[in-house]
Amino acid sequence: MEPPSEFVHWMFATGFLLLGLCLLAQAIVGDEVWRRRSWRAYLWPGLIFLMGLLMWPVMVFFTNSTVHMLAHGSWAQVMMLAGASELGLVRGKLHSRYWRLTMPLAFLVSGSAILIHEQNSWYFARSAFLHHLIGWTIVSCAIFPLVATFRPRSTFWRSGFALTFVVLGVMLYCDRDVAPVFGHIASQAGTPHR
Amino acid sequence: MSTQLVSEHAAVRRRTARAWAITTLGPATMLGGVVWAFLQPYRITLLHPHGQGFWWLAIEPPLLVVAAGIVFAFLVAPGVIEDLDAEEHGP
Repeated sequence: MEPPSEFVHWMFATGFLLLGLCLLAQAIVGDEVWRRRSWRAYLWPGLIFLMGLLMWPVMVFFTNSTVHMLAHGSWAQVMMLAGASELGLVRGKLHSRYWRLTMPLAFLVSGSAILIHEQNSWYFARSAFLHHLIGWTIVSCAIFPLVATFRPRSTFWRSGFALTFVVLGVMLYCDRDVAPVFGHIASQAGTPHR
Repeated sequence: MSTQLVSEHAAVRRRTARAWAITTLGPATMLGGVVWAFLQPYRITLLHPHGQGFWWLAIEPPLLVVAAGIVFAFLVAPGVIEDLDAEEHGP
């Protein structure tokens, strides 16, 4: 009953897409309007925290090597940390805006982990290509939450932050277990079956 | 026209643009899923369900995109637009 790994990618892609839509909406209307209903203020931080929590079963059930376990575990921790920090700020338990730096930290740790745990080269297969692409995208897009921490009213940086999750979702949707990328697939990758 | 009227008109136009953007996000996402389904119909396993396992029938990416759009359009967007409107007509 355990789903193949590509299905897990697609489920997380849906979570990232929803997250991106909520963040984009908040960037468009501003914090004052977005937080007029308390449940909405907790929506995307709660979603990030939940996704971090759900990374733990992924770590447990999809561990095919130590480096995979470390990567999945680090994503779980930094996503929960970023989500919890934002929840604390919304609730008023945390006051310093520097807690928002946990988000760029999560980006840097997640991006590095996804790059390090991919053992194959870019054109080995589609999943390898996407791992490299996602990793570099997350690392480079850490600039958006980093600058947004210091310029919280900037629509540009906040929209960039939101769209990073949308792009991440699209890339995760593209993942397939054994598939070629731009016509390339290594002979060791296996036979594409879809 | 007085400068006050011009600035009020500009503010209303900006709010209307924001409301339009929020209203569009959900349907645009749904449309994205539908277009994807037409471009890659083989990813909709409901169209050829025989011999497919549970996960292939339950998790179909283009339908997940449509579902995300529906959730946003019906659960999140209406309240945001209502609050945007309240801000516009508020005291």
